[in-house]
Amino acid sequence: MSSRDTILKSVRQHLPQSAPLPVLDGPWITYPDPVAQFCSVLEMIGGKAIRVPDVAAIDTELERLPVYTTANKTLSLIPGAGRSSLDLDAVPDPHELEDIDFALLPGEFAVAENAAIWVTDKTLKHRVVYFLCQHLALMVPVDQVLNNLAEAYQRIRFDRPGFGGFIAGPSKTADIEQSLVIGAHGPKSMTVFLVG
Amino acid sequence: MTDTIVRDHPDNAADFVANDARAHWHDQSLWFVRSKRDKMAATLPEWEQLRQKASEIKLHTMSRLGDYLEEFERNAIKLGAKVYWARTPAEHNEIVLGIIQQHQAKKVVKSKSMLTEECHLNPYLERHGIAVTDTDLGEWIVQLRDEPPSHIVMPAIHIKKEEIGELFHEHLGTEKGATDPPYLVTAARKKLREQFLGADIGITGVNFAIAETGGFVVCTNEGNADLGVSLPKVHIACMGIEKLIPRLADLSIFLRLLGRSATGQPITTYSSHFHGPMAGGEMHIVLVDNGRSDILGSPEFRRSLNCIRCGACMNTCPVYRRSGGHSYQTTVPGPIGSILAPSRDAATYSTLPFACSLCGSCSDVCPVKIDLHTQLLTWRKEIAVRKLLPWTKRMGMALAGRVLGTPWLYRTAGWLGRKMLPILPRFLVYNGLNPWGKQRELPPMPRQSFRELYAKQRKRTLND
Ligand code: SF4
Repeated sequence: MSSRDTILKSVRQHLPQSAPLPVLDGPWITYPDPVAQFCSVLEMIGGKAIRVPDVAAIDTELERLPVYTTANKTLSLIPGAGRSSLDLDAVPDPHELEDIDFALLPGEFAVAENAAIWVTDKTLKHRVVYFLCQHLALMVPVDQVLNNLAEAYQRIRFDRPGFGGFIAGPSKTADIEQSLVIGAHGPKSMTVFLVG
Repeated sequence: MTDTIVRDHPDNAADFVANDARAHWHDQSLWFVRSKRDKMAATLPEWEQLRQKASEIKLHTMSRLGDYLEEFERNAIKLGAKVYWARTPAEHNEIVLGIIQQHQAKKVVKSKSMLTEECHLNPYLERHGIAVTDTDLGEWIVQLRDEPPSHIVMPAIHIKKEEIGELFHEHLGTEKGATDPPYLVTAARKKLREQFLGADIGITGVNFAIAETGGFVVCTNEGNADLGVSLPKVHIACMGIEKLIPRLADLSIFLRLLGRSATGQPITTYSSHFHGPMAGGEMHIVLVDNGRSDILGSPEFRRSLNCIRCGACMNTCPVYRRSGGHSYQTTVPGPIGSILAPSRDAATYSTLPFACSLCGSCSDVCPVKIDLHTQLLTWRKEIAVRKLLPWTKRMGMALAGRVLGTPWLYRTAGWLGRKMLPILPRFLVYNGLNPWGKQRELPPMPRQSFRELYAKQRKRTLND
């Protein structure tokens, strides 16, 4: 008998009594001002939120960010904001992206309870950019800030192969004596532009 | 599990507490994490409801595990992944090596996976000429020191920054005597980024596998799993069969619990959902049993399969905090490890269920409501039934049973204790037969027993 069949047989022999699958009905936490909640949690986990009235206003804010103004190689996938020194779609191999200093990318929605932003590779040819760039900025429309993860999962679908993930703040580690260090392997900073 | 046991838990723990300052520091570090967890849990009014739902989802999944495994396999294949099944660590290791050799790969980066630790994958691959780099910083540190992790979430929690400075000086050429964490992390970042860019294959563990979609989720703070499987074209994911959850939306429960319980973060920095391979890449998923289906058949212990490996029970455990993860000599230490290990090999790990004060703190913090301390107590009985107790404990128990069950013997023993203990020479009281007295002094003996006091009091009341 194959390992597959042996394991399945053993599992089925040992099944406990059936127990019902719970309904995920809440009530779950909501906030009087989800945007304010999002901003304060993001700050707590080492990120920074900047509210702008429209996409065009992002550039002014970028010019105030040293991590952007001093960056050599930058990438923006937001039309009308930031500059790109490369054409991502023309890059065949993600290994060529190791020296991206700053990336400005779209996020689908944000979650107030934990300052997580949902990102996918639907419009991003190389998903590694999220993790490999030295500094990451994400743009989210301000009306796309949800209260909690329960609301978030009502929006998430995987009908075809693809990547999706929550990113909450910059990469970090506390593996040396529990001292928090920002910038473990991934981005050393995370800026979120809330537009609208 | 094939860990070679050299010594029992009490002996290892004795070594650990012998360095008082260090044991105290270890205790405090973990208590700090436990306090952060409490603060985070308190920010959600629905915390208890989340734990309840999580526990119910897991119980339901276990009751239909066969169906969910097949559903997961079907959907994963539809997404373009290859699915393998391994009964034992040996089978798991062979499968992984097979995939690596098929690609003539030599360099592998691995993110934290307790399953591959359980299977001892690293030494196996190294014996076959494959270079494996553990990329979680804590795991990399213990890998460089050639020792196993001492905690499932914070693998290097037992190591001082001076020691890490020394280690990095030796391996990375950092300045001698440097102990500044940001400086050390920057050095590691540089070195590990080279490893990510040079790797042929990335291996990850799995936090949750979703039957409904055929995808899975990996959570990290450093982003090491993502770097490891977004540069190389081949992703191998290794998981125990208990990682299944039925629906995508179930993650809205588990991801809210995991980061908060583990380190007191509202969520881990990266919660990555992988569904099928990258464009032009490959995804291989290895499902491992290694005794899990047997635990499923045990009504007392099956709930231990609910574990989401958050580590909260370790952070809170007074014994773990004061004896260190290595004293357990198992892949998963602490309360949950003391249940899982004897389930696989009760004779070797017979002392672990006794490394517990039965305070119940683990059960209080467990995000999936495993009745940890009850299971530990059940294991103690089981170990006694299987005659696996050391003879001192067996004789002691038999004697205590006899004394406690015979009123005149109990009275005499109490009288003897009160009269004799204060005048006996030290070596007769504090010796190998009294492990309790190893680091502790017995309290002074009362002059009278409760029975005598009660009788006296009663006489007085009657006389009044
Ligand atoms: S037993 Fe519970 S508390 Fe312990 S690691 Fe598992 S999920 Fe966390």
